[in-house]
Amino acid sequence: MARITAGVTTSHVPAVGAAVDMGRTEEPYWKPMFEGYEFSKKWMADHTPDVAIIVYNDHASYFGMEIMPTFAMGIADSFAICDEGYGPRPVPVVEGAPELATHLAASLILDDFDMTVLNVLEVDHGLTVPMSLMFGTPDQWPTKVIPLPVNVVMYPQPSGERCLSLGKAIRRAVQQFDEDLDVQIWGTGGMSHQIQGARAGLINLPWDIQFMDDLINQPEVLQYKPHLEYMIEAGSEGVELIMWLIMRGALGDQVDEVYRFNHVPASNTSVGHLILTPKEI
Amino acid sequence: MTKPDFHQFDDIPGTTIFTMEKAREGFALNQFCMSLRKAENRERFLADNRAYLDEWDMTEEQKQAVIDRDFQAMLDHGGNVYFLSKIFASEGLSYVQAVSTMTDMNVEQYQAMMLAGGRNVEGWRSKKERGEA
Repeated sequence: MARITAGVTTSHVPAVGAAVDMGRTEEPYWKPMFEGYEFSKKWMADHTPDVAIIVYNDHASYFGMEIMPTFAMGIADSFAICDEGYGPRPVPVVEGAPELATHLAASLILDDFDMTVLNVLEVDHGLTVPMSLMFGTPDQWPTKVIPLPVNVVMYPQPSGERCLSLGKAIRRAVQQFDEDLDVQIWGTGGMSHQIQGARAGLINLPWDIQFMDDLINQPEVLQYKPHLEYMIEAGSEGVELIMWLIMRGALGDQVDEVYRFNHVPASNTSVGHLILTPKEI
Repeated sequence: MTKPDFHQFDDIPGTTIFTMEKAREGFALNQFCMSLRKAENRERFLADNRAYLDEWDMTEEQKQAVIDRDFQAMLDHGGNVYFLSKIFASEGLSYVQAVSTMTDMNVEQYQAMMLAGGRNVEGWRSKKERGEA
């Protein structure tokens, strides 16, 4: 039986990917941030999953405005790296997990989550920057990936309640898959940041830390936080944090905190990172 | 069920929320931005902004905002920053360099603010509180 063994959350700042790709991680600006992920890389080397379900958002990289899926799932054999305007990141192609992904997408649809099914998908920094942070710069990624893009760019984004419920449904669906697989779920994006308008540069670290505490201890309460509060308190792009709720829902009621890290700033963003494990596998 | 309220965000100062309504207004602008994912389109755009923009069904205000690199005006006319990033990426600019142009700071001042912990939310929650509305 497949099982969800851990959840990871992390910001997915594009400049972090650029720092990795250009070999700048030892520079004084970046070093303290990358040091915060040293524990995680070691932990991940000991706990490399067979499959990582990576919840992220596309940043106008693959999806234009023709089609804007609220929840989607990549079920292809592999996913190429998007050209986001600077040329594609020089990272390995992302290998898919088509059998599990097909099972999950079908299960979720039958469970009343109307997933958009993606047989072709190119992935952007939202998915590849977390992989670089957790795995470094290998020639091939050590895990297979099921991309789960969420619309967090255009209001209305899905509600927090819906995100937490989707996570719970993912947990049920993974547990029904017959193959013996170690599966992780990653929630990416956030934390507080705003990259537009006269209010750009907004950071709210106390709010971010409270969000982490609530995510761990009382996600049932957190799910009712309205989009408006994210926009006001965590900045217009801070609403990406609803994706962390999908990760949390998939871990079951109780979790153990393996690791926590915060750092300000990376580019325009408050970086936050958690590793959680479910109390009941 | 919840009735959509596209204007609930209007009181947030210095912020343009990309709603489904704004997305309709900005459709052609954002699609133009998407075209810049291709290197050959970036070259054509940079060689002659106006000629390239005239291939798109955009309003004159949208085209002029692009030519002026006036990112706030692009947001006002339905642009979204992730789409608009293709414009500044085509010129090799970072988010910090482009985003700072929408504030009242130059890029050095903006970077210094970020290094000092970013913009404090206090005083930036409400236009009404700031006397802007």
